[in-house]
Amino acid sequence: MPLSKVRQPMPEQCPNERRRNFSEVATGYPAETALIEANRCLQCKTAPCRTGCPVEVDIPAFIQLIRSEKYEQAAQKIKEKSSLPAVCGRVCPQEAQCESHCVLNKKGAAVAIGRLERFVADYERNQGTTKLPTIEAGNKKVAVVGAGPAGLTAAGDLALAGYKVVIFEALHKAGGVLVYGIPEFRLPKDIVAAEVEYVKKLGVEIITNVVIGKTLTVEDLFAQGFEAVFIGSGAGAPQFMNIPGENYNGVYSANEFLTRVNLMKGYDFPNQHTPVWLGKNVAIVGGGNVAMDAARTSMRLGAEHVWLVYRRSEEEMPARREEIEHAKEEGIELALLTNPLAVQGNDKGWVSGLECVKMQLGEADASGRRRPVEVAGSNFVLPADTVIIAIGNTPNPLIPQTTPGLVVTKKGTITVDDNGLTTREGVYAGGDIVTGAATVISAMGAGKRAAKAINEYLAEK
Amino acid sequence: MYKIIEKKILSQGVNQLVIDAPLVAKKAQPGEFIILRVNENGERVPLTIADFDREKGTITIIFQEVGNSTRLLGELEVGEGVADFVGPLGHPTQIEKMGKIVCVGGGIGVAPIFPIARGMHQAGNQVVSIIGARNRELVILEDDMREVSDELTITTDDGSHGRKGLVTDVLKELLEDDEPIAEVIAIGPVVMMRAVAETTRPYGVKTIVSLNPIMVDGTGMCGGCRVAVGDKTKFACVDGPEFDGHKVDFASLMARQRMYVEQEKQASTEGGKCQCHCQK
Repeated sequence: MPLSKVRQPMPEQCPNERRRNFSEVATGYPAETALIEANRCLQCKTAPCRTGCPVEVDIPAFIQLIRSEKYEQAAQKIKEKSSLPAVCGRVCPQEAQCESHCVLNKKGAAVAIGRLERFVADYERNQGTTKLPTIEAGNKKVAVVGAGPAGLTAAGDLALAGYKVVIFEALHKAGGVLVYGIPEFRLPKDIVAAEVEYVKKLGVEIITNVVIGKTLTVEDLFAQGFEAVFIGSGAGAPQFMNIPGENYNGVYSANEFLTRVNLMKGYDFPNQHTPVWLGKNVAIVGGGNVAMDAARTSMRLGAEHVWLVYRRSEEEMPARREEIEHAKEEGIELALLTNPLAVQGNDKGWVSGLECVKMQLGEADASGRRRPVEVAGSNFVLPADTVIIAIGNTPNPLIPQTTPGLVVTKKGTITVDDNGLTTREGVYAGGDIVTGAATVISAMGAGKRAAKAINEYLAEK
Repeated sequence: MYKIIEKKILSQGVNQLVIDAPLVAKKAQPGEFIILRVNENGERVPLTIADFDREKGTITIIFQEVGNSTRLLGELEVGEGVADFVGPLGHPTQIEKMGKIVCVGGGIGVAPIFPIARGMHQAGNQVVSIIGARNRELVILEDDMREVSDELTITTDDGSHGRKGLVTDVLKELLEDDEPIAEVIAIGPVVMMRAVAETTRPYGVKTIVSLNPIMVDGTGMCGGCRVAVGDKTKFACVDGPEFDGHKVDFASLMARQRMYVEQEKQASTEGGKCQCHCQK
């Protein structure tokens, strides 16, 4: 195999086609490309890439297995640490994690670790030969709250350690943000379903339609014989801007919009019964991955104009570079250094415009980013008929409210130690409910650490 | 699947289902609601809990067939079931001994007011109930309400049963009475709840209304059910569903409830028909 200095590009659907369909944007490496890319890996003894991975996947080892064309073994190698490789290979911000530590960065471009991860995970799934590890089953029971990335990871690890694990999920479907939030064109739902199925095959029971904090409390779980509880209940309630007109019809939180489209398949209305209303001119407020998802979903639902309204410049946007580039290619217009002041409405209560003001960047603020300052008198109106707010979430209070002794921070996130232990014995937490909105892989990392801590706690008990 | 144990047609297009849902029944309290999905393609439909039986592990729901989902729900028979049934959600009604309580139920709203009236009665309050409907056929739970009320007045728009007129006519007379009213609780169409709140406002009597805005997940995640209460935006699913009727912005609530009217029409003419054939 010839050594290539060039990082192999990811094959993608052409922007003009994909902007109107929900098929996956990136189509994945063919085996020959994966081999070329895998051969770029220097197999560093120190494996700096591993330090950038929240779940410490043995990256050089799985890449070495690709080089030997042992793709299934490569997938197994990843699964020793991560139960969701097909998901991580697609939605992890690798450029900021494993790949940012790759020594090849100095020589041009890092090994495309994420793309290789996706390749082997897809290979294994398509072969249908997923092997199950042998598990020595014990009889201690652990409850996991939430079937999102944190919960699925914790549950998978605990099942491997021999515990009887039950996940309680509030929605009717397992997957959390992977099913209600991240769109099909970035993460196909059958892949999420396959990963959920794998966790179930490890012996994990998933009970949907149970809202912990309402249907059952954490206390109830202990009373039912669970000896430890992991809370991975997710990001919670959407934030709004508290500007006038935010309750007009046609204003959505990104959560609601994406849930209607992804989880409830509103694009297939009326075959699917949940409608989703979308106008021709859509303004998305925010600059993160969720804003990109909402913008690109709007385009796919047939919007004529989609503006991404962000109060700083493109450089400060928290979204992954790749997502921003994809969005731009698909015709999303960036309204940068622009801050919404009010949603305008018509006499029937529907959105008719978004009044904004131009901003300029001033001194750096606490986040280290230059603070946007209004340019006086620069007000203008975007002729939007739909406004989608994607400026983050506040933690859901249902569990803290009903769990005595569980301490939360001022922001409402659950307080934990380095291992994910809360202020209640036997109760662990991780993911967005602890950190506030973050990434899939950081939630998985937290799930892993907590599973390890729970295992140690129950082994001693 | 959550099985239907009993089915009763209360009036034209108004059905009562008793559903097997032991976990929900164990925790349910007056004022709370559930979310169900009729089938795999279904919407998440929020419905207020009309009754619960902790021993039998059942929840009673009463609904009017208005759109595609409720019509499909109405087609289900005993032995069949719904795909998903989650709850109890929202805050329960604050039930304590306060004195004289007026419970106002309009149309289908009598269903959720019933367990509240019963709870208030059991807590030792004097419960005065007013239930209203367009006509005699649409009056539901009359006997149940009579049983848990010290006084019960029925009003119909056309005078075919009880007094001819509106629930607010009776309420106004009660407010004019010398006997103090501790609290008025009103559940029914938004226009009725607004009218009740406007009737009590000049008298300064605390008035609770139960709101049912468009909702998706019901756990605070989507923010679709937001309502303006006072100068704050609240989520009906986790902050409510009950709010101080004197502070609710009913105008924006009504506009928001009409958000999907066009699609609902489309569903009941196109998709609705198709689905009902495909399913059976």
